[in-house]
Amino acid sequence: MSDVVTALDGATFNGTIAVEDAGLTGMITLRGDFASTSFQNAVTGVSGVNFPGKGEVNSVGDRGLAWMSPDELLMIVPYDQTNAALAEITENLGEEHHLAVNVSDARAVFRLRGNGNVIREVLAKLTPADLRVAALPTGRVRRTRLSQVPAAFWFSAEDEATLICFRSVAEYVFGLLRQSAAEGSEIGYF
Amino acid sequence: MLILTCPYCGVDCDETELGAGGEAHLKRHGPGSTDEEFESYIFQRENPRGVHFERWRHAMGCGKWFHAARDTATLEVFGTYVAQAFEPPQEIKDKITAKRPGWTWRDVA
Repeated sequence: MSDVVTALDGATFNGTIAVEDAGLTGMITLRGDFASTSFQNAVTGVSGVNFPGKGEVNSVGDRGLAWMSPDELLMIVPYDQTNAALAEITENLGEEHHLAVNVSDARAVFRLRGNGNVIREVLAKLTPADLRVAALPTGRVRRTRLSQVPAAFWFSAEDEATLICFRSVAEYVFGLLRQSAAEGSEIGYF
Repeated sequence: MLILTCPYCGVDCDETELGAGGEAHLKRHGPGSTDEEFESYIFQRENPRGVHFERWRHAMGCGKWFHAARDTATLEVFGTYVAQAFEPPQEIKDKITAKRPGWTWRDVA
């Protein structure tokens, strides 16, 4: 079998914050009726975390559920369990109208570590999203754009953020983050 | 700069995160309509200086379409509401009336 790698193959950068390729991450895009109990049960049963409220992300270890839109979720699972999780969802939902797709290899995931205020500043230089703690507390996901491309990010802890973008623009986003986190570029706004 | 609140996500989105969808509440005139109705549906648009209703899409976000009521001259936003509305909700109309007494837009007032 071919050697599976991420777009950036483990690249890291250390500037005002640490930017690293989060490595292979299993991701499943799910669409369905959030009001349906069977949908909720199927999703939480497979992911092992609580169903997220509007704009929230719930995660336990390397599993999680992120609210993407009123009818879309992103499920995060260990990479090698993605297909098994997908099969389980499809089986649990049966005939119920839904969509579940393995998008693991279509996305790139970054981990940003460092001082929380500096992480917020690094992101704020690239996106119009409100990054104040009041607007984006830990556990809240924000889909927005990063310079010219769509991205989503959330703080899993005040000193760690996860950022997801399309795989095809991973190199571009890494370049943006490198520049935004360059030594000596601190503003100290937050 | 225009900041609209997406009624689906509840987040404040910058104009650059959104896709503009043109005038709101157009009624489609398709096969069987008169030439005048079809022309009006395709070409005739409001271009007011003041209260205006528009469609926007939260393109770099949840991807949903929604409606917005704003003032084209001052960029003041009166509110946003779901795409499934056939006309502006009363609550939005009341807000506009409070700030722009006597406003009209097409046959809405």
